[in-house]
Amino acid sequence: MTKTTTLQALNAALHQAMADDPSVLVFGEDVADPEEGGVNGLTKGLSTQFGEMRVRSTPISEQAIIGAAVGVAMAGMRPVAEIMLMNFMTVAMDMITNHAAKLRFMSGGQTAVPLTIRTATGGGYGTAGQHADYLEAWFAHTAGLKVVTYATPAEAAGLLTSCIFDDDPCIFIENFPTYGLKGDAPEAGYRIPLGQARIAREGDDVSIITYGPQVAIAEAAASQLAEEGVSAQVIDLRTIVPWDRETVLNAVAKTGRAVISHEAVKAFGVGAEISAVIHEELFGDLKAPVQRVGAPSCAVPYSHPLEKAFVPDAAKIIGAVRGITG
Amino acid sequence: MAESKAQPDKSVLVEMYRKMALIKHNDEHARKAIMSGRLPMIYYSPRGQEVIPSAVSVCLNKDDTICTIYRGTHDMLAKGVPLEALWAELAGRATGTCKGKGGPMHITHPESGCMVTTGIVGSSMPIANGLALASQVRGDSKVTVAYFGDAASNIGAFHEALNMASIWKLPVVFVCQNNRYGEHTKFEKATAVERISDRATAYSMPGVHVDGNDPLAMYEAARTAIDRARAGQGPTLIEAVTFRFYGHVFGDADGYMDKAEKEAAMAADPVPRYRQWLIDQGYASDAELTQLEADYDKRIKAAIDSALEAPWPDESELYKDVFAADTSAA
Repeated sequence: MTKTTTLQALNAALHQAMADDPSVLVFGEDVADPEEGGVNGLTKGLSTQFGEMRVRSTPISEQAIIGAAVGVAMAGMRPVAEIMLMNFMTVAMDMITNHAAKLRFMSGGQTAVPLTIRTATGGGYGTAGQHADYLEAWFAHTAGLKVVTYATPAEAAGLLTSCIFDDDPCIFIENFPTYGLKGDAPEAGYRIPLGQARIAREGDDVSIITYGPQVAIAEAAASQLAEEGVSAQVIDLRTIVPWDRETVLNAVAKTGRAVISHEAVKAFGVGAEISAVIHEELFGDLKAPVQRVGAPSCAVPYSHPLEKAFVPDAAKIIGAVRGITG
Repeated sequence: MAESKAQPDKSVLVEMYRKMALIKHNDEHARKAIMSGRLPMIYYSPRGQEVIPSAVSVCLNKDDTICTIYRGTHDMLAKGVPLEALWAELAGRATGTCKGKGGPMHITHPESGCMVTTGIVGSSMPIANGLALASQVRGDSKVTVAYFGDAASNIGAFHEALNMASIWKLPVVFVCQNNRYGEHTKFEKATAVERISDRATAYSMPGVHVDGNDPLAMYEAARTAIDRARAGQGPTLIEAVTFRFYGHVFGDADGYMDKAEKEAAMAADPVPRYRQWLIDQGYASDAELTQLEADYDKRIKAAIDSALEAPWPDESELYKDVFAADTSAA
């Protein structure tokens, strides 16, 4: 099987979507080829192949970028707007949460906003407090937005393509540590249905529920736990909204134990919602209280040892599992 | 009335009045419905600003689009949002434009080109750009109008949107209705320029300062800007100076307003003034216009009556239109 990096897989998925549907547009800061196809080169080649009518580098104007995406989507097109970093989404929150998320409901279903926002983040690069946040809980807390992320190159492509052709606004979170990650290349036009989790590793004693770059960390933790005789299952949510309750609840009903892990700050995070639902639905089946692993409640720190302590690692997941399997 | 280079023919002159009269009468009924307790609602009266969207809308096609704001019933009615569905929405009923889920601040009616009504100051312009971008990519010659108030020109989104519209030469017209107050604060106290139209210079687009209460001047400004946008020559910023007669939100005490200024503005009410001009110039007779107004009264009353008898939305609507597929109550 051909190998690809996540960066290449996402680039190929965008090329394919634009070739398949003339209503797909791509715009954002630096995305066209004269600007080198983005700071990471992820959109390289698109404007050369499809022209600068459909692929546009924009000013550094996040409100205008998302506003244009909302309007052009309402007119029936499928924009893929790039907000370079997830922290820059905060500059466009009005357009995202007051408009993209709500226009379908507030119009009684008369208008739809089928846009995709691609945005990247992730700790481990010394970018500190304003370039590395995971803010998925903010968007998950606003009704009307779908929130999606991935763990492998093929899944990145399959989920992005589904976001582009979905009729609702989708926030597609890209993870810096995964850009260079190599994996099997998907077939052209590959799609993964939104709202379906993936069992990344089977296990009987505990379910580790996670997403994004934490999936690989959880898999590493599970391997180590196996050596200790603990059989840990790893569930990759893939879609945070709508999350796959059925897969998660069925899995935890069997294992009776759950640990939820994410790179975002633990307090008031996605893990809190999932933990609450597990307790509400499966209280009698649980062998131990659900545990959460997440970052501490502070800004992403700069200094390397601090940053290392901030981003949840395999040891933290293992610690949480040991606490309920011991 | 300003002498106009491009004075429209009689049918357009009368059509502008028809829209103005509809807006004025609709507003009178809305205020009455609130005051009498018949229909309590949050309402931002557009009374005094009738001329602007009336003149703009006679220059637009049915499939041209608008984005407007919470003070926007004049913009909606001028563009053709039907009275029955509008009133049912104001009353929160299932038969409203938005099934009762949007309300006065979020009226949407794509069939008449009313794509977005936003309750957030400064948010109509970035979205209008997107609608215009779709027209540009498709080459369908449609034009989008973004309506907003003077205070919105102090919001970052205004500047981002005008810059983007200019560099991309989008078929959009930015119509700023300068009614002299942003919420309770006087224009001069909040805005660093004397004329908002001057801000167009910063974005290399025409900036037009016009008396928004003068139908002929307003028509000429709108006609020129809309033709220019349709021809692919890019956006225009129009600052239409006007005045709101009934405060920020209807029911506020107006204590922040200059009394003399308000009285003078109301004495110069643009609707009866234009009505008289049409009669004086022989474009319409008093009897014709009286008939037209009586007809509007009847239609508006009927729309209110039927709205108040219409069914409330079912609770299941909470789980519809959040996404394309229904959500569940879980």
